[in-house]
Amino acid sequence: MSDYIFLDDRRYAPTHEWAKVEGDIAIVGISDYAQHALSDVVYVELPEVGTQVSKGDPVAVVESVKAAEDVYAPLSGEIVEINEELPDNPEWVNEDPYGKAWFFKIKMSNPAEYDELLDVEAYKKVVEEEEH
Amino acid sequence: MRGPEPTIYEISSPGRRGYTLPELDVPESDIPEEFLRDRLLLPEVAEVDLVRHFVRLSQKNFGVDLGFYPLGSCTMKYNPKVNEVAARLPGFTKIHPLQDPATVQGAMQLMYELQTYLAEITGFAATTLQPAAGAHGELTGVLMMRKLIHEGRGEPHRTKVLVPDSAHGTNPATTTMSGLQVVEIPSDKRGNVDLNELKKHLDDTVLGFMLTNPNTLGLFDEHLLELTHLVHEAGGLMYGDGANLNALLGITKPADLGFDVMHINLHKTFSTPHGGGGPGSGPVVCTEELAPYLPGPIVDVEEHDDHVHYIWKMPEHSIGRVKAFWGNFGVMVKAYTYIRMLGAQGLREVAENAVLNANYLQALVKKTYPVPYGFRTCMHEFVAQGKIEGAEDVRALDIAKRLIDYGFHPPTMYFPLIVPEALMIEPTETESKQTLDAFAEALERIAEEARTQPELLKTAPHEAPVRRLDEVRAARYPKLKDVPGME
Amino acid sequence: MTYIPNTDDERAAMLRVIGVDKVEDLFHDVPEAHRFPPLDLPRPLSEAEILAELRDMAEANADLDHVACFLGAGSYHHFVPSVVDMVISRSEFYTAYTPYQPEVSQGVLQALFEYQSMICALTEMDVANSSHYDGATATAEAVIMALNVHRRRRKRVVLSPTVHPMYRETVHTYTQGMGLNIVGEDAPLHDLKALADLIDEETCCIVVQNPDFLGRMFSPKEMKALADAAHAHKALFIVVVDPISLGFMVAPGRYDADIVVGEGQSLGSLPQFGGPYLGIFAFKKEYVRKSSGRLVGETVDAEGKRGYVITLSTREQHIRREKATSNICTNEALVAIAAAVYLAAMGKSGLRRVAELSYHKAHYAAQRIAEIDGFDLLSTWPFFKEFVVRTPAPVQEINDYLLDEWGILGGYDLSRDYPQLENAMLLCVTEMNDREEIDALVDAFKEIANGALDSTVRFYVG
Repeated sequence: MSDYIFLDDRRYAPTHEWAKVEGDIAIVGISDYAQHALSDVVYVELPEVGTQVSKGDPVAVVESVKAAEDVYAPLSGEIVEINEELPDNPEWVNEDPYGKAWFFKIKMSNPAEYDELLDVEAYKKVVEEEEH
Repeated sequence: MRGPEPTIYEISSPGRRGYTLPELDVPESDIPEEFLRDRLLLPEVAEVDLVRHFVRLSQKNFGVDLGFYPLGSCTMKYNPKVNEVAARLPGFTKIHPLQDPATVQGAMQLMYELQTYLAEITGFAATTLQPAAGAHGELTGVLMMRKLIHEGRGEPHRTKVLVPDSAHGTNPATTTMSGLQVVEIPSDKRGNVDLNELKKHLDDTVLGFMLTNPNTLGLFDEHLLELTHLVHEAGGLMYGDGANLNALLGITKPADLGFDVMHINLHKTFSTPHGGGGPGSGPVVCTEELAPYLPGPIVDVEEHDDHVHYIWKMPEHSIGRVKAFWGNFGVMVKAYTYIRMLGAQGLREVAENAVLNANYLQALVKKTYPVPYGFRTCMHEFVAQGKIEGAEDVRALDIAKRLIDYGFHPPTMYFPLIVPEALMIEPTETESKQTLDAFAEALERIAEEARTQPELLKTAPHEAPVRRLDEVRAARYPKLKDVPGME
Repeated sequence: MTYIPNTDDERAAMLRVIGVDKVEDLFHDVPEAHRFPPLDLPRPLSEAEILAELRDMAEANADLDHVACFLGAGSYHHFVPSVVDMVISRSEFYTAYTPYQPEVSQGVLQALFEYQSMICALTEMDVANSSHYDGATATAEAVIMALNVHRRRRKRVVLSPTVHPMYRETVHTYTQGMGLNIVGEDAPLHDLKALADLIDEETCCIVVQNPDFLGRMFSPKEMKALADAAHAHKALFIVVVDPISLGFMVAPGRYDADIVVGEGQSLGSLPQFGGPYLGIFAFKKEYVRKSSGRLVGETVDAEGKRGYVITLSTREQHIRREKATSNICTNEALVAIAAAVYLAAMGKSGLRRVAELSYHKAHYAAQRIAEIDGFDLLSTWPFFKEFVVRTPAPVQEINDYLLDEWGILGGYDLSRDYPQLENAMLLCVTEMNDREEIDALVDAFKEIANGALDSTVRFYVG
């Protein structure tokens, strides 16, 4: 538990995505706990730019050798940018989940949704429970 | 141990030949230039090189004929050699599937009788032999259920298929392929389907329930009759995944327990070999009500005064064919041979000894490893956990790989998903007490090694043609062919 | 005989360890009313007895050692070198399970990797999987793959009427819950332009066969035009092939096919009454994540030595469950290994020669038959090893006569699938048919032309 990295400059979904807001844009990725649980990431599939998404929609996929997980949109809006380099460098998800391995950017249609996401302490509790 | 075997392309040498063909005995005809390919990048090898290559490859492979292969839910029983002789009779291999039925009455008789035997063994009314594998049979059965409910009974709003959390992955995958939705039902503390949870989902959107029984924990559901009754009462149908039928031969008939349709894996229960992944055969048996929906054609019989005549018949409301021709006939010959050699008593002995072997091995293994449902009598298999006290870093994977060094094939790992660090062990009836004792002893010694020299497990296997393989690299940088001259 | 090694004494000892008195006690979870039902099955037989019975059954069939075969239509009598059965009879191969434990499965894995490689070479495609059940199911899986490439948003499929009728039927069966709109099967035969016109923005794929079910070969130019028409609408171009034809024919990868499927039985397996066969499945690499079936990949072991593993399996049912690309688990691995042995044995010159021999012999037969009064060669198009003949009587009557009087298995009755092809027979000739057999067929047809079917003969007019 204590081995995982948690950052307090962003919020989290119970499904282990993080979102960091810059203006009306939210940058989205998966948490350090999620990448640990997956182990070596071998593949990332990203949505198409321009896709309209609602909070909770499965929009991307992240795979290890033995597992495949959907990445859900933590917020509603339009996908305005994707991390084009990530599919060719899936190991970034393991190496730098909060930095280089961002997945996509959403132009939020309902910024209030951000406040409904978990803060870092609440998310730590979710992880703690899943560990048991 | 010999090093890596070169690929067939690496032993290729320009101009070598490994074949002979008849002379051209008719005039040549012109082949228009525009149709001709400019290259054909196949290897060129002599017959001796070819044979040595594949025989050397075979020596890098484990099979049932080399030792104990306790893969849970796979029923890796001994494959009788008479089956292989039977399936290679020229009267079976050298017949064309589209020959006039009058010229293949022997083959059709075999199919007809096999249809009848499989229906008798499982208690059902009708059989199709067309599906090529278990999952193919599942697709067949679920499409039949869908068509009966949606068209026959006029209830197209029923689109949900209930599947226990212990189910094989093929069950949910089949459901999606059939255009239906999966709802997962949890298991209770005794490893049965949780009936209270089930009841919450039994409404008029339910098309059916897919159940493996005995389930993938190796347990016979203790509330099975109630479960099948509840599903029927809600207007749904019961699908039986026949993967574990080996435990039930002559013990009970699935149709009597309330199943409406099930597939049978001839390559598990009826001793036909697994072929390194196939071919199999997945016949489907069903009730009278579902029989008109079977894929076809199936073999039927016409009685004449002095003889019978076998014919192809398309069931009235058939879902359509699920593959070309009639099914994996070569596999059917092997299963037929097996059933005829065993008879009713022999089949019951198969199930009794499969269950006896599994319970015996469970009793031995649970002295060393956790067996979460070990408080119950298992059927033909059981699930242990690869957890060793005093060696917390060791995982099921490490134990499995270390078993290779002891000359055993590892059990099924990490399945069913509801048991952490699962090692799913199915000994089958064709293993002797000595083999089971030796396997249990190996597991004990491995547990001891885990505490004293865990590295030995972490780096296992040591006695295989290769060490642990880098699966991450294989998936990140897929190299799925190697043809010199092609990128 | 039950193949059970344990003796009664050993069983008794095992029961003591378990802690029960008798085997029956292990079945208390089985509802009592339904426990131990009688099974009505024939008495058990010894090995000698069952083999005698099976020989009788086998000999009741007219097998291809005893009749001359001109029947094809998706199952072919090509030569199978002895090495093929020798290799797949190695019980390290045939008694193995799916190679999920790669360290003890390198034999099967490398053989399948070589199969994949040779199928890529044959089709000129990027990737081949390690098999589907047969040509029909491979075709259905290709349609579903195209549907998934388009994320199930495009529901229209253009299906050529000269794709094997059983393959088309299988496509319909597989996709009956998917709400597809399958069009094209009533288009004029051999009209690629008509098929191209059916492709629109809702179309996920078009499926054609080359050589098609009637034996017609389409040129790379014609095929490329169809590929371009498909790609103009972002539809996938799926081609069904006869792998033997690729001995000399331009490979579909060269005319921009997206998915290539086919029946691999001719590659080292006998017709064996329809199965087990081999579904060939190859495709462009950009679609690999949407593909179905097992893939074997090369990697290295902990010491850096080359080895092989099942890879990209997150597409498969045991991991992805309801989101898997297919439900397939057991495939046709051993038949794929047989195909690998066959392709290696024939090699580049042998496979070409098999294709040429079939072509020349088929054309010789067609020309001779065309000379007979009352028999019309309908295959005025380029064909490979199968051709269509209009017959002066129903095909069934002709075939009865051929078998009874000449020991010949005649061709496929096309009126079963194509109402416009009444009294039309699809004949197949391979390297296994010698000149004597072909001449006998011609002689038999001449006898028919001379009234051998007696008063029931109806000559084709016009």
